[in-house]
Amino acid sequence: MLSLSLLLGVNTPLPHLFSLCKDDSSDSDLELSTVRHQPEGLDQLQAQTKFTRKELQSLYRGFKNECPSGLVDEETFKTIYSQFFPQGDATTYAHFLFNAFDTDRNGSIRFEDFVIGLSVLLRGSITEKLNWAFNLYDINKDGYVTKEEMLAIMQSIYDMMGRYTYPCVRDEAPSEHVDKFFQKMDKNRDGVVTIEEFIETCQKDENIMNSMQLFENVI
Amino acid sequence: MAAGVATWLPFARAAAVGWLPLAKKTMPKPPVDKSSRSDEILYVNVSGVRFQTWKNTLDRYPDTLLGSSEKEFFYNEDTQEFFFDRDPEMFRHILNFYRTGKLHYPRHECIQAFDEELAFYGIVPEIIGDCCMEEYRDRKKENQERLAEDTEANEGMDAPLPPDSTSRERLWRAFENPHTSTMALVFYYVTGFFIAVSVIANVVETVPCRPPKGSVNDLPCGEKFGLAFFCMDTACVLIFTFEYLMRLFAAPSRCKFMRSVMSVIDVVAIMPYYIGLVMPENEDVSGAFVTLRVFRVFRIFKFSRHSQGLRILGYTLKSCASELGFLLFSLTMAIIIFATVMFYAEKGTKGSTFTSIPASFWYTIVTMTTLGYGDMVPNTIAGKIFGSICSLSGVLVIALPVPVIVSNFSRIYHQNQRADKMRAQQKVRMARIRMAKKGTTNAFLQYKEDRGIGDGDSTALCVKNKSAFEHQHHHLLHCLEKTTNHEFTDEINYSELCMTESVGFRTSRSTSLSSHQGAQNNSTGCCPRRARRRAAMRLANSTVSVSRGSVQELDTLHFKTTSIPPQTRSSLNAQCVNLKLNCGNPDYTAAIISIPTPPSNTPDESPPLSPVPIPGILRNTRATAYTHDTVKVSSL
Repeated sequence: MLSLSLLLGVNTPLPHLFSLCKDDSSDSDLELSTVRHQPEGLDQLQAQTKFTRKELQSLYRGFKNECPSGLVDEETFKTIYSQFFPQGDATTYAHFLFNAFDTDRNGSIRFEDFVIGLSVLLRGSITEKLNWAFNLYDINKDGYVTKEEMLAIMQSIYDMMGRYTYPCVRDEAPSEHVDKFFQKMDKNRDGVVTIEEFIETCQKDENIMNSMQLFENVI
Repeated sequence: MAAGVATWLPFARAAAVGWLPLAKKTMPKPPVDKSSRSDEILYVNVSGVRFQTWKNTLDRYPDTLLGSSEKEFFYNEDTQEFFFDRDPEMFRHILNFYRTGKLHYPRHECIQAFDEELAFYGIVPEIIGDCCMEEYRDRKKENQERLAEDTEANEGMDAPLPPDSTSRERLWRAFENPHTSTMALVFYYVTGFFIAVSVIANVVETVPCRPPKGSVNDLPCGEKFGLAFFCMDTACVLIFTFEYLMRLFAAPSRCKFMRSVMSVIDVVAIMPYYIGLVMPENEDVSGAFVTLRVFRVFRIFKFSRHSQGLRILGYTLKSCASELGFLLFSLTMAIIIFATVMFYAEKGTKGSTFTSIPASFWYTIVTMTTLGYGDMVPNTIAGKIFGSICSLSGVLVIALPVPVIVSNFSRIYHQNQRADKMRAQQKVRMARIRMAKKGTTNAFLQYKEDRGIGDGDSTALCVKNKSAFEHQHHHLLHCLEKTTNHEFTDEINYSELCMTESVGFRTSRSTSLSSHQGAQNNSTGCCPRRARRRAAMRLANSTVSVSRGSVQELDTLHFKTTSIPPQTRSSLNAQCVNLKLNCGNPDYTAAIISIPTPPSNTPDESPPLSPVPIPGILRNTRATAYTHDTVKVSSL
């Protein structure tokens, strides 16, 4: 057995001597990883967002530090977001978030997407924020939020809580929550929530309106 | 949390807007961020090298020095920067940690220096990145082992025992460290000699001697001179038994001693003799008894107490146990495989020596270890092919674990060498430290001499060129003297004083003395020399055992007469001589004079009470530095 392994060991280097093309594939792997993205100019971004120049500079420095290539792919995004919710599983919600930020659906978030999304969330009007939230819930971006979509979103939010909660999260809790939501939002009882219904209902709800101001001064 | 996470937190908070329409309850108020939001560049000056970084970078780790308000203590208003008087090379790595979130360990730096820098900046070493963690751990372990060796060497098996140790402890110590006393050394050599004698006797008694008259066959010497060998064996066993019983008696923990390897070897070495005595001259049993005599060869292992190299070898084998086990296991596997193959290959041949698989084991072992006795040889072609494969693979299998064992042995051997070298260098180091300390004491005494002894005015008179540090240090020592109402002196002075007193003042012991004594001493009288000294010794030595850096207390008498004007030290000695004649002078203060001594020197300072001169390092130094001391003391 030992001798056989010896013979095998002798065998393997030989093909390497004969096939010179073996190394090319590893080179191409290297090339892919050096793809970079440079953002648009500072002035353009300043025009597109409501951030000041200094804020944009600060944001970009942090972004570049974390993602030197200038792009955030979904896996990295999920990892980052999961770090804030150590007790639960934030990957599903992070997936929805990623889709909400990745407006051009190319599988990676560039700095522009990042900063435009942040601008809406932090400096936008209440209508813009509600728009963004609706966009988040609308998984297939068809303009309607169905019960299934809402249920998926709700389940992912409850997943972030994890197992150790008080009181314990029952399995029916997300669907109950969804029913309550639909009861409130779905005015014409057609089983879907449109953007107009959503905004209208939210504007009538004082709690929601007040809480929209909460995250203004995050940056 | 890592730096990256801190950067993304604002984003995560912003994304929470998505939960707001779904919320069942109202949201809590967000925390008010009082700190200035705008980012600014901070300047950090580390020993002249200027570093600049964003404030946010440093704020990432708020529980470190640079990330918290602790750095405000280092802020220099004039230059508007933070100034640290530390190593700029190391600071580079520290700052990189803030920037990238990963702490790297620079391989060319000393591990202790690095640790100190980390401790200063408040960074825990556990966050060293994976790339450097292994190297860091290895170096740290190596350093700790080295330090442990140092402290072991310092603690010194050569240090004399406290005088109040029981005879049992002294005995144990004599056994463990034979060079602590001549008795132990003698015993050590005697046992060594007897082990050698016993082993040689065992060997020689099997050599065939000339047969006695009337017989043709050669007789082994053991039977020819049976009585002589029996007597020799008895003597050896008696010595060994005595030694074992002594060790058992002296051992601090008998159970642990009985379980130790050396004691087991001792027992095994002497058991056959006693069993032989007890057993009757029975034919059947004596056969088994003969086998027992084999165990007598274990006496040779007793030499490992005498040889350090043997101990190292044993320790190496123990530490390579896993490699040896692997070697054994792989060999066994190979043996079984090849033996099976050879057996079936040679099965058909007529007159083949490969009668069974276990019989083939012998062939396989002989071939794999390249011995090749030739008593079993394959005849078929297949057998020869497999035989050659067997010998080739045997070389490989044995060659693989051997370097590991060798490197282990080398490492342990070098460690031992280092320990020995360290011990040898200790005495030089200690002598140097002693000189330095003596220099300090002398400087202080000189300072006092210049000022004049006694309660003179406190202004410094005719002081030589001394640094501010020395001034303050001497003032401090002076304050201590005033506090305790005793004075510092050095050994020469002290021993002189002692000599003069011992001669003169035994007679005046009856006179009443006002003794302002140190707290430790309750005996009265002007010079109850031995008792006080012994007490001081006990004290000194107990402090030695408690804390190595303690100050040694030595006895003397200090004479303070108010009527006599301030004098120099030498004239004070003369004073002593004068005073001894008129014992009516009442003002004697029995003083306990402290001499600061270097830590490991304290055993040195205590004049040897033990009657046996202590060989080894300490003795030499004592001989060179304090010959006059020892002479004087022993004359008491």
